[in-house]
Parts: sequence; C-alpha cells; structure tokens
Amino acid sequence: MAVNKIWVLAESGESGPLPLTLELLTHARGLASTVEAVSWGADVASAAAVLGEYGASVVYDVGDLAGALPGPPVAAAIASLVKGGNAPDAILIPATYDGRDVAGRLSAALDRPVLTNVTGLNVDEDLRTEHQVFGGSHTVTARFTGEGPGIFVIRAKSFAAEPGTGSAAQVVAAPAPDTGATGAARILNRHVEERSGPKLDEASVVVSGGRGLGAAENYALVEELASLLHGAAGASRAIVDAGWVPYSHQVGQTGKTVKPTVYLACGISGATQHLVGMKGSKNIVAVNKDQDAPIFSVADLGIVGDVHKVLPALIEALKARG
Amino acid sequence: MNVVVCVKQIPDPAAPSSLDPTTHNLVRTGKLILDDSDSYGVEMALQLAGQVEGSEVTLVSMAPGGEVSGLRTALAMGAAKAILVSDDALAGSDALGTAKVLAAAIRRAQPDLVLAATESTDGYTGTLPVQVAELLGMPSVTFAKSVAVEGSKVVVERQTEAGYDEVECPLPAVVTVTAGVVEPRYPSFKGIMAAKSKPVDTLTISDLGIDPSEVGATGARQGIVQVAEAEARSAGEKVVDEGDGAQRIVAFLEQIKVI
Ligand SMILES: Cc1cc2nc3c(=O)[nH]c(=O)nc-3n(C[C@H](O)[C@H](O)[C@H](O)COP(=O)(O)OP(=O)(O)OC[C@H]3O[C@@H](n4cnc5c(N)ncnc54)[C@H](O)[C@@H]3O)c2cc1C
Ligand SMILES: Nc1ncnc2c1ncn2[C@@H]1O[C@H](COP(=O)(O)O)[C@@H](O)[C@H]1O
Repeated sequence: MAVNKIWVLAESGESGPLPLTLELLTHARGLASTVEAVSWGADVASAAAVLGEYGASVVYDVGDLAGALPGPPVAAAIASLVKGGNAPDAILIPATYDGRDVAGRLSAALDRPVLTNVTGLNVDEDLRTEHQVFGGSHTVTARFTGEGPGIFVIRAKSFAAEPGTGSAAQVVAAPAPDTGATGAARILNRHVEERSGPKLDEASVVVSGGRGLGAAENYALVEELASLLHGAAGASRAIVDAGWVPYSHQVGQTGKTVKPTVYLACGISGATQHLVGMKGSKNIVAVNKDQDAPIFSVADLGIVGDVHKVLPALIEALKARG
Repeated sequence: MNVVVCVKQIPDPAAPSSLDPTTHNLVRTGKLILDDSDSYGVEMALQLAGQVEGSEVTLVSMAPGGEVSGLRTALAMGAAKAILVSDDALAGSDALGTAKVLAAAIRRAQPDLVLAATESTDGYTGTLPVQVAELLGMPSVTFAKSVAVEGSKVVVERQTEAGYDEVECPLPAVVTVTAGVVEPRYPSFKGIMAAKSKPVDTLTISDLGIDPSEVGATGARQGIVQVAEAEARSAGEKVVDEGDGAQRIVAFLEQIKVI
C-alpha cells in the first residue's frame, strides 16, 4: 500500500507551531506525497507560512474554540472531513495533553484504533510504527491491519525538524460540527508558571533532581547548577508528585522527552519510566549514593556519592572557573 | 451522586515483564494488583462522595479470569461495590476495545462523574478514558491536579505545558486524575474485612450486548510485526566519590566541550 496522504495535527503554542508539530511535518514529508495539517485557534492563518515551509500544502482551520478544550471540536472537525470522503491514509498526532484528547475522541468517533507512544514510523509495504518498551530495552514494530485512516500518537523528539522549501499552506476553513454535551467543558482561567533560561526540551544541558535531594529546598542546588551551565532544570516524577517542583519540569514517560548534549541526573534512581525520557541524551552523568542504582547502567560517567557533597563542590568548581 | 472509578488490575510492575513470543502480548501470570495510578482516582472519588449526601462509589474493571484482587483493595479503601467484566473473548483487546466494554459497564451505574487515571502503568496509552467519554457522549477533562464538585458541575485544575488551566465542566463527565491530585489512604483492617462481603457484579460481554468481533485481538485491528532488542546504551565509567567527584564531572564536561 502506497502512502499518499498524511494529515498532521498541528498544535501551536505561544510562539507558533510546537517543535513537535514541525517534527511530524518533516517526517510526514518523507513518507507521503501529500502532507496536510489540521489546526485551530484564533490565528491559524499566521501559522500557515511555517506549516507550509515544513511541508503542509493545506491547513484545515477549525477556528477559534472560544474557551472549549480542543479534544471534542477538533476531533469532530476531523471526523466530518473523513466521513465527507476526504480521508488521508494516516493522521499523526503529537503526544501532548490536547493531542491525546483529540486522538481518543477521534478514535471512538471513527471507530478506528490508535497506536500510541510511537517513536518511529516507516513505510514498508504499509506504515510500520516503532515503540520503546520495558524502559527502552526493546523495540516493538507494529502496524494496523484494518481499514484506515490509521491514527498515530507520536512522542516528541522521535524525528528531527528540518524546514523544506514549501510555500505557505493554503488555509481551508473546517469548522467543527456541533459537539453537544461532549464539548461542554470550558477554560475559565489560564495559569502560567514563571520560568527563566532555556526550555527543558530545547536546552543543550539538562540538570535533573530526584528524591535523593532529600528535601524541596535542596532543588535550589539543581537550579543553580543548571543556570551555571546555561541549561534547564528537570525533575523525576517522584519530586513532582511530592510538590517540590511544578509538573512542567518532569522528565520521562509522562513528562518531557529530552535529548541534550549532556544530562546530569542527581539523586535519581533511574526507573524505566524516567529512562525513556532521557536515554537519548548524548552524554549522561549520574550522581547517586547507591552504587547499584539503575541510572548507572546508562551513565557515561557515574559518581557513587552524596548529592549534598558533590553538587555544592561542583557549583564551587564551576564558579571558580568563572 | 454516583461516582464511578475505572480501576485497572495489572501484574505487579516490580516483577520482571516479558512479551509472549508468539502472540507478542504482555505475559500476565499470577495475581493481579490494583494499578497504583488508580489508587488516586479511588481516593478522589471517596473524598468527593463524602461531600455529597447519599453518594456512592462504584468501581469498574475489565480483567481476565474473574480477577478481583485489585478490586478488593479498592473496596477496602471504601468503595461500595464493583462491576467486573471478564471474558475470554477479551484477550488481546486494545484501548478502543476496552473502552467499548468499560463504557457499556459504566452506563449501568448511571454515573454523574467517572474518574480514571491519566494513564495505566502497564499499557500507558492514555487514550482510553477519552474514548470512554466519547462513547458515552460525555465531556471530559484530562490531567486533573485538583477536582471539586460544585452542584451540577465539576471544576478542575488541568495541567498544561505552561502551568495549569482552570476548567469548568457540567456533569455527567469523565475526569482523569494525575498522581498529584490526592494522597491515597491505606485500607484499614476494618476496611479489608468489610471488602470481603461487598458486591462484585461479574459480567461477560454478552451480558453487555457486545459483539465478540468488536473486542479482543480481532477488534484491535493491529498487530505486532516484530520485537527486537534495542541498541543498549552501555554504562561508562563509575567512580566512587573520594572528594574528587565534582572534579571528575568538571573534567568530563570539559572533554565533551560543554564548558
Ligand atoms: C505510569 C507511570 C508513569 C511514570 N512516569 C514517570 C516519568 O515521566 N518520569 C519519572 O521520573 N518517573 C515516572 N514514573 C515514576 C518512576 O517509576 C519512579 O517512581 C520515579 O522516577 C522515581 O523518582 P526518583 O528517582 O526521584 O526517586 P527514587 O526512586 O526514590 O530514587 C531516589 C534515588 O536517590 C538516591 N539517593 C538518596 N539519597 C541520596 C543522596 N544523599 N545522594 C545521592 N543519591 C541519593 C537513592 O539511592 C535513589 O536511587 C512513572 C511511574 C508510573 C507508574
Ligand atoms: N482494563 C481496565 N479496567 C478498568 N480501567 C481501565 C482498564 N484499562 C484502562 N483503564 C483506565 O484507563 C486509564 C488509562 O489507561 P491506558 O489507556 O491503558 O493508559 C487507566 O489508568 C484506568 O483508569
């Protein structure tokens, strides 16, 4: 089966299309002759240039959602395009909060299964997905056996984003049909957490802390180290759940995927769910007082030691270098 | 208020996991336990039900072999009763197939609020609760870090990339909760004893009017082509800190030209 047409769910943030959107468009360009995007928001038209540059010839514009959560209206808009006869072979959806909502709704609305946690997608007779299981020790290759379109939820950093040569995507209005009760949730307020320095998933140095830090106030060591190295501060889920740091810092299966030049894990055991989010880092340094901690199995440099000694000394040494 | 909580019963995640070499399904042997991710939903449900006179918490689970061990744990925490769907035809079901089964079971409980976890520990598709919501024709709010019921609506703080959104949603609705939402209680001895006699309604798919072709491996309409060992990342140098740990890191960072 040739793959003719792929749709990419083009989610945007404060500063235009998300990096993950561009990663998906770039990869889709290499798989199918026609790549189109589906987007929403007050100003899809201004994203059309970037979406086009990365490969989308058309962007279906669901429009402003007026405070509704994206899942129901965006899925309903896509479902009505598909049912109207305009079906792609595959729909690529970013593994984000809203992306997962759209995927779930769309799957039930079209009665099509979803392949989730996809980290690779290739054409080999038909579309084949790759998934990391058991903390990344094994790769599973899977495929759909039923009628399309296939719905794929793809993790960040699975592909590199590279601009192509396309001109601005043509904006085609695709308003959502009435979603009735399913679309009744409304956003009342948005709270944005302050953050300085590079973004966690874009930084070339990431310093992360875990429960081994002992107490919330010791996370300051991680932040200071991150700032001295011009990097970003990350965290294990254990300390996010404990309320030491906001969720936006979490690295791992349910958090962010990071691939920095160097990842410093401080007082993190290295549970499989943490490893899948950082194993792709170019270099890994770990500090843990337990010499058998699983994190050491992926570390290029492992220091068996106490974070309360090693981190302050490291901060001093870096400051001394100026 | 009728609160339904989806609870998944899973193999102990601490035990080594493997895939069946022929079916490629996750090997599930031994007793199943309550997925830790769902203990937050159970606790949240108990707390919300405690605030509204005449409320009841019903558990819904799909599991093989009539498994109730995990359900008993959640009943011991304080849920009133459970619906278990168990049927050989369900082996190999994907998230959508499971959602069809759970939606049919949940409908029986006439819920005002359905709680689930954002994702399960062993399957972690994270799409199932939203599929259930769509099948039930209900709105949904995912990734809740706080949940409050105010009259006929639910108010949720929903995690976002940048922070969180305050979301309001009319009931009935499906809400998925994160691990930060509440601190699950430990079942008391009294609770454990009481759980033994709480009703568990065990159903098959024909009780729910579901066609076998909709679920199980056939309904999943997907297959595993192969399972391969991933390129292992090998461990590098491991040194015991003798007061020189920081210097070793500095030298390493210099070597890779980060500083
Ligand atoms: C469905 C699901 C999804 C999950 N998703 C994620 C995810 O996205 N990200 C994530 O991180 N986790 C995730 N987890 C949780 C994961 O399984 C682990 O529980 C978590 O990563 C542990 O965090 P930790 O390493 O900080 O804590 P612990 O496992 O408690 O480890 C603390 C470590 O610190 C060391 N230590 C203690 N004191 C010191 C000291 N003074 N100096 C040096 N070292 C010290 C200890 O030896 C230990 O190795 C998920 C779990 C589930 C079930
Ligand atoms: N077999 C099941 N029985 C009951 N609830 C389930 C089942 N599978 C998934 N769930 C619920 O749906 C959530 C998300 O599951 P998943 O889609 O596997 O990540 C879980 O955390 C549970 O709350």
